[in-house]
Amino acid sequence: MSTPTVTLHIPTPLRSATNDQATVNATGDTVRTALQNLVERYPDLKSNLYNDDGALRQFVNIYVDDEDIRYLDGPDTALTDGAEVSIVPSIAGGRSR
Amino acid sequence: MMGFNIAIVLHTPLRPWLREAFSMDNLPVMSGSVSSQPADATVRARPELLNAIGNTPLIPLRQIGHDLPDGVTLWVKAEHLNPGGSVKDRPARHMIEDGLRTGTYQPHHTLIDATSGNTGIAYAMIAAALNRDVALALPENASTERKAVLRAYGAELILTDPMEGTDGAQARVQELVEAHPDRYFYPDQYSNDANWQAHYDTTAPEIWTQTNERITHFVAGLGTTGTFTGVARRLKEYDGAITCIAMQPDTALHGLEGLKHLPTAHTPSIYDSSLADAQATCSTETAHTMTRRLAAEEGLLVGPSAGANVATALRHARTLHAGHVVTILCDTGTRYLSGDLWSNNA
Repeated sequence: MSTPTVTLHIPTPLRSATNDQATVNATGDTVRTALQNLVERYPDLKSNLYNDDGALRQFVNIYVDDEDIRYLDGPDTALTDGAEVSIVPSIAGGRSR
Repeated sequence: MMGFNIAIVLHTPLRPWLREAFSMDNLPVMSGSVSSQPADATVRARPELLNAIGNTPLIPLRQIGHDLPDGVTLWVKAEHLNPGGSVKDRPARHMIEDGLRTGTYQPHHTLIDATSGNTGIAYAMIAAALNRDVALALPENASTERKAVLRAYGAELILTDPMEGTDGAQARVQELVEAHPDRYFYPDQYSNDANWQAHYDTTAPEIWTQTNERITHFVAGLGTTGTFTGVARRLKEYDGAITCIAMQPDTALHGLEGLKHLPTAHTPSIYDSSLADAQATCSTETAHTMTRRLAAEEGLLVGPSAGANVATALRHARTLHAGHVVTILCDTGTRYLSGDLWSNNA
């Protein structure tokens, strides 16, 4: 079986790092590997998503389909082909012009 | 350039939020009609509550600042002690009273604005005391405490797409106001001069007096930028040597409610960057750690933006040999109980 391809939804504050793309495809069988794939292609995202120890920053909210990964298996949450993964900002933030 | 992708609207996890957001669309329009206004809306006197806003204590941080050099004192303006629990009581009062005075806020108007919470709570509190209607746009993922408080004051909530942050809420309000200009009083806190003037007229003079005119440094985070712009402008008139430091979150994605990462957000039109002698950044993690210290060591239960202000001010105070550094405690920590701020020891 090939590695699942998923759709990542990028919040407006981060789109300057993804060439203004609101959705980006990535491959990975877990949230962790899909985000690694994303960051490899868009390195400017790294400091937004990870702390210096390489862990996901505490305030970064990731949803897989209907669910916050905090209530699933965290970064180890398994992904299937076609899953919708969203990076949802905390309340503050904004959109690049 | 915006290119907001329809795929997000259809995206499964966000659907419940959007359903609620859309279902709320008509509520503020309906509630703004003349007929829904109680007859006494025009005759209610200025509520005494408005006099309880401001004149907050200025408190030295003896524990957190214990290792500062002799002659350096770190002070915090305890804005969380305002009746609405945040610094936003000041600009909300100023913008509302400015609207009433100039006639742009009529009795049949519904007050509408975009707010990440604290300004909305202040609007809702004051409007309740004035017996006026309020509709507020905020991202659906605003904390449950904030939404509960807003609803308790009787505000209508227009919940917007979490993916767009507060700028999305602002865009939604602008759409509604353009569609129904006669129904709303739209203070627009990001562009309203009465926002920064509230701090120019009240916060800054209080700080000047409370420090016996000895303040040397002022530090404030940027959100609407009203606090920084108003206080810094006045302080520099008192004494041009006062150093004013503007702080922002260190990254576009952050957990500092109310603060803006300006490179990736709309810069509010009231912001005057020429007032900033220095720019600083603060990480969410650093802010959270300081927020917990403020509660545990100083007895000050405040929110993460206050923690960011204090962490930034402390960092700067350590570089001084003498001086009085002042920053702002923006809001009460009880507004963040549902998150993991208080339980996380990282």
